[in-house]
Amino acid sequence: MAEQRQFCTFHLADMFFGVSVDQIQEVLRYQRMTAVPLAAPTIEGLINLRGQIVTAIDLRRRLGMPDRSPDTLPMNVVVRSGDEVLSLLVDEIGDVLEVDEDRFEAPPETVEGVARQLITGVYKLDGRLLLVLDVDRTVDIDASLKTSATDC
Amino acid sequence: MTDLDGMEEVLQEFLVESAEGLDQFDQDMVKLEQAPDSADLIASVFRTIHTIKGTSGFLGFSQLESVTHVGENLLSLLRDDKLSLNAQITTALLRMGDAVRRILAFIEAGDGEGPDEDEALRQELNALAKGEDAAPATEDVAISSAVDADAIETSDEGDDHGEVVQVDDPESVPDTATGKTEDRPGRSATNTAQTHVPDASIRVSVGLLDSLMNLVGELVLARNQVLQHTAVEDNSGLTATTQRLNLITTELQEGVMKTRMQPIGNIWGKFPRVVRDLATACHKSVRIEMEGRETDLDRTIIEAIRDPLTHLIRNAVDHGIEAPADRLANGKPEEGTIQLRAYHEGGQVNIEIIDDGGGIDPARVRAKALERRIISAEQAAEYTDRECQSLIFAAGFSTAAAVTNVSGRGVGMDVVKTNIEKIGGAVDVKSTVGQGTTIRIKIPLTLAIIPALVVRSDGNSYAIPQVSLLELVRLDGAQAQAQIESIHGAPVYRLRGDLLPLAYLSHELGQATSEPANSTGDLNIVVLQADDRQFGLVVEEILDTEEIVVKPLGKQLKGIGTFAGTTIMGDGSVALILDVPGLAQGARVVAEHDARVPGSEQEEARTQSASAQTLLLIKMGAGGRAAIPISAVARLEEFPPEAMERSAGREVVQYRGEIMNILRLSDLLQFDSTSQVTDPLRVIVYSCDGQDVGIVVDNIIDIVDQHLSPADSRRGAAVIHERVTDILDLESIIRDQVRAPGSSWSRVAGEVVNHG
Repeated sequence: MAEQRQFCTFHLADMFFGVSVDQIQEVLRYQRMTAVPLAAPTIEGLINLRGQIVTAIDLRRRLGMPDRSPDTLPMNVVVRSGDEVLSLLVDEIGDVLEVDEDRFEAPPETVEGVARQLITGVYKLDGRLLLVLDVDRTVDIDASLKTSATDC
Repeated sequence: MTDLDGMEEVLQEFLVESAEGLDQFDQDMVKLEQAPDSADLIASVFRTIHTIKGTSGFLGFSQLESVTHVGENLLSLLRDDKLSLNAQITTALLRMGDAVRRILAFIEAGDGEGPDEDEALRQELNALAKGEDAAPATEDVAISSAVDADAIETSDEGDDHGEVVQVDDPESVPDTATGKTEDRPGRSATNTAQTHVPDASIRVSVGLLDSLMNLVGELVLARNQVLQHTAVEDNSGLTATTQRLNLITTELQEGVMKTRMQPIGNIWGKFPRVVRDLATACHKSVRIEMEGRETDLDRTIIEAIRDPLTHLIRNAVDHGIEAPADRLANGKPEEGTIQLRAYHEGGQVNIEIIDDGGGIDPARVRAKALERRIISAEQAAEYTDRECQSLIFAAGFSTAAAVTNVSGRGVGMDVVKTNIEKIGGAVDVKSTVGQGTTIRIKIPLTLAIIPALVVRSDGNSYAIPQVSLLELVRLDGAQAQAQIESIHGAPVYRLRGDLLPLAYLSHELGQATSEPANSTGDLNIVVLQADDRQFGLVVEEILDTEEIVVKPLGKQLKGIGTFAGTTIMGDGSVALILDVPGLAQGARVVAEHDARVPGSEQEEARTQSASAQTLLLIKMGAGGRAAIPISAVARLEEFPPEAMERSAGREVVQYRGEIMNILRLSDLLQFDSTSQVTDPLRVIVYSCDGQDVGIVVDNIIDIVDQHLSPADSRRGAAVIHERVTDILDLESIIRDQVRAPGSSWSRVAGEVVNHG
């Protein structure tokens, strides 16, 4: 019996992502947000999560994907990274999946750009691929516009 | 009074420490029974008892000392392997622990050490130490535990220590009085003693307090919403309940706030020692008096002022108080006094450090500041004595004739000032020569909750910390039209005769799309202080002042620099807190600190020191005016338009047998020239590194003598002949142009344009 891991899954366009459940704090529907002027477009805004201010990162923009259509509201995957809590904005939330460790494979060399750094691997599920997102790297950005021009 | 306070503090500490030590002692003893050979455990037990013995001797508790002394003797034999532990010894030692607890309970209740009932125990311990098989003093136990219960009861009736005793679990009294004491003689005293001082306070992690604070904040918001709903419902029962909810929430909020507060006395404790040591080193005699040590402050602030305060006190001893001989000669008592006072005032905490020393001599400060080039000769003459005294906070200042290991290195007071300002505080000095110096520090109570002005821009609320706020100015449409002037595109407003540079919040936040003025054209100017500069922030709407809870910004957003944090508004939405210094830098109203080229400081000083400058007034496009210091101008020339030739894409003229580069001011500063193509070219010749450069200007209006204030120089503009006039720094304009030929750029003295 292969070892199993649990992933909280979500959709971004036609891609299927997973984040290890132990990094997930909660999953929320769309929340009202306060925009942060001067911040890189990756930062969608700030959410009041029961008194805690949580920075929301638009995962599509973070991965260099086209924006979602303006009439669909994103969902929040609230994750923990170090001692910080952040929200990743995704298109749709999936189930929590238990996957066999032996289905894991490193991402192929052909994955390029930012995604290459953020996707740590792929689980080959029946009929689809589950991309594993590195949360710590995903949220490790300096969103001031001064520097973001060079690192994006 | 202060001495007594100190004693009381030592005593409380002793009680807490001893109780902790005794708990450890019990655990160790029990473990020791399992592992009688453990040297570590014996050492630990020995240490505990030894510490209590030592301190009780110091505090004059002879009974306590005698009990612990015999215990220590026995333990030292165990430690040195001259005796081996057996059940009898263990029991005796545990009983000694109980006796210590009982005495401590008396001490805590303020009843001295209580009656001496430990003779039997002492004898038993002594006998055991001699290797004799002493009879266990069982009766003694019964007596002592009975007394225990008595002691608690009497103290429960309340004396001046009633507050502490009230913390007691009242049930512990019947507990000790009943059967339990007989079953577990070793524990009886433990139950009662433990609930005293040590249990009156507990350690709680700051993280937990912070999260409690967050939750209370949320509760407040929910309460506000409930109140709103209740207001529309006509239900008296509900109204009464929400009223109670309201009160309780408010009290809860205050209570949680208080948990983060600490008395300032916590950091004052070491000052007497600092003063004593330093005074001895300086061969002075100094006494410190402290007042208001119970003044509460947020713990983060307490930490932040620890070093500045220490520094100020050291300074007072080293520089403030004179040598004893001088004091006597001046008719003062030989012993100098430093007073440390703390008190609340207007939502802030004031801390004063008052010495009765020699005071700060403004003449000496002035001379020293001049010598160290902190001020110019002209400033030295202008400054009032009070202003001179404030110079002690300038960077690089020191009047000490010799550098000692204490002070005099010229670092320190400026750091003190910076550190205090960093937490939103202010420091000032008041001194009378021969009578002493008072340094007053004003600091906010807490950094976690600050008063702020809430403004609106582009539909979002922003909070501006009130420490930076000076005043609010509102101009109606017509006034705004008339009174906002422009210096080469940079808007300014004349606030009581001084030019106030303006920044538009929407523009600074990159939302330049919406016009800052609202439909009526009214303009709201928030006058702010950033570093030592003032500027006006034009906002769309001014909402209200509010106490806001500061929450940190995610690390992804820290690099932006314009925001100091976030907060949650009454409606639950998130608002950003503006960082005023950061905003000012973004708007370049205080940019020169970082952006100026090295060496320009001296230039500025030079500009300032010349009392009145001769300025060449020139016309810039339609309506604009500029001034050039005449010292920068070599000659004024006129050329016919046909003299203009081109070389390597640049305009040149032949001048004195050489080719002179021509720059057009209208190109450089990007305004529309009003002169016709056929007009003769009016050229200011400027010598740069031995090479002449001609600058074409529209028209030369006048030559004036004008005194430029330092503020004018920094701002790059002054009011000359009732008109706002840009002051051009030709040198840097040309230097830039030579360095980057053909680049499109603009530069006005004092206003640095970032090409990056």
